Amino acid sequence: MDLVILSAKGIIILVLFVITLLIAAYSTWGERKAAAFLQDRLGPNRAGVWGLMQPLADAGKMFFKEDFIPAQASKWLFILGPCLAMLTALMSSAVIPFGDSIRFMWDKVSYEVPLQGTELNIGVLYIFGVVSLGVYGVMVGGWASNNKFSLLGAIRAASQNISYEIALGLSIIAILMMTGSLSLRSIVNEQASFFEWNVFTQPLGFIIFLTCAFAECNRTPFDLPECETELVGGYHTEYSSMKLGFYLFAEYINMFVSSAFISTLYFGGFHYPFMNEVGSALEKSMGAITGHNIATAIQFILFFGKIFFFIFFFMWVRWTVPRFRYDQLMNLGWKSLIPLSILNIVITGAGLLFNFKYASWLIAIVMIVLAITTTVKAPKREMLTQQS
Amino acid sequence: MQLTNRAKQVSNKEMTLAEKMYLPAFFSGLGITISHLFKKKVTIQYPEVKKYLGPVYRGHHVLKRDEQGRERCTACGLCAVACPAEAISMVAAERKKGEENLYREEKYAAVYEINMLRCIFCGLCEEACPKQAVYLRHDRMVPVFMERDEVVYGKERLVEKMDDRYVRANNSEVKATPTEPSLTRAAT
Repeated sequence: MDLVILSAKGIIILVLFVITLLIAAYSTWGERKAAAFLQDRLGPNRAGVWGLMQPLADAGKMFFKEDFIPAQASKWLFILGPCLAMLTALMSSAVIPFGDSIRFMWDKVSYEVPLQGTELNIGVLYIFGVVSLGVYGVMVGGWASNNKFSLLGAIRAASQNISYEIALGLSIIAILMMTGSLSLRSIVNEQASFFEWNVFTQPLGFIIFLTCAFAECNRTPFDLPECETELVGGYHTEYSSMKLGFYLFAEYINMFVSSAFISTLYFGGFHYPFMNEVGSALEKSMGAITGHNIATAIQFILFFGKIFFFIFFFMWVRWTVPRFRYDQLMNLGWKSLIPLSILNIVITGAGLLFNFKYASWLIAIVMIVLAITTTVKAPKREMLTQQS
Repeated sequence: MQLTNRAKQVSNKEMTLAEKMYLPAFFSGLGITISHLFKKKVTIQYPEVKKYLGPVYRGHHVLKRDEQGRERCTACGLCAVACPAEAISMVAAERKKGEENLYREEKYAAVYEINMLRCIFCGLCEEACPKQAVYLRHDRMVPVFMERDEVVYGKERLVEKMDDRYVRANNSEVKATPTEPSLTRAAT
């Protein structure tokens, strides 16, 4: 690969990296704002206009706190935990395509660089690998703390992530069968027309994937690893200062990456209706280079719009649904989501045999009908007569 | 027996399929929370906007003057006796000739001090006062202090100024007192 493409790639990676960090920082602000607005409050508004300086103030606070390592903790693993969490969180956005490509001229040679960290033909597998590594950050940190609550939190996190990763993987297989590729870019390009967005062809898979994504990010309603009422602070009970900051930050980066992943897999990635028409019109009026770059910029912005919606959705759900009990969590994962996703694979496969993409709707419709009939048929809850 | 009509009957009947799927309840919950996004916010932005706390609020102490501007306090010490926190101390003095326009009676408080760190704002001094001299204003609070030598309030900060007389008005119209106009809309 020659130097120009390499440096262009480097700049793209750097920009994506900075954007990831910025979005993660501002999701902490967004989370507090969203929480406040959903609870009829105003949220942080003292640090700068609309409280926009709040992430900086929080980071400053975190840095100035005492960096404490418990005497009985295993020191190197204690430090390694948050590093691993942060590292794996940052690595996973490398394969997500954020836009089509950027064209530019250099030394009278025109180049075209895809707007993506790296184009892997096994992008989905890469993300799964990195995400499942992410649990090591939690596990190592929780174990190294030498604290019962930390260890319990870490164990919960590990078993929860392992259980939900199965359903997560199975729900994607239906998409992989339809696309026939593990590359995220070809999955995105498959969803070129609006009604072929995977959310329309795979409604059940989408719901399963979304639920599992919540569990993978340790977000409410599945935030049992850091369940305050039972486990003090969960796996980061013993952490302070920026180590704690890294754990919290990694959670927000994971949220951003899974939002991007959901948008890529199910909501057409950077595609939007009439994208090709807009693109060709721009290229015709502004030339092949500027027009193409502007079209890419529009894709980029719309893709981030989708990502922001999902980040907001994560927060919205957090302030709506209470935490699950641990047995409910495991029942949901193993007894509902995994069988359903296997059924989804079978039905989708059968549909593909007859070249029918929307087979997943069959399950959804059957489930809705069953739900309605059982609700109608169910005996009215009889009022218990009050004993007094 | 029912005290209110808000009691809900609970039952541990097995859930129907729709309830087991969580999704209908989940979406109705999302609807409820999103509706709150557009509701009026209840926050009052405190230092800029202050809520009217009612005519009985006990705030900053004031030593009243009468209509002619003479101090009402006669340094009888009943307030100091009544004070459960022992925050009040005073030194009495006799009125000299020519001071009749300053003090209403022959005896007055040469020094009158309230320790604001001790004061618990119970208002017993106000009740004990036979001369209606000491009041706790309902419209002003004791400001935050940072230094210990700011804590003891002497007469210069307690005796009411004639151009800023205290009236305990029952003004229920005022709900919040905006001091910064840009914030009023958000607060109310």
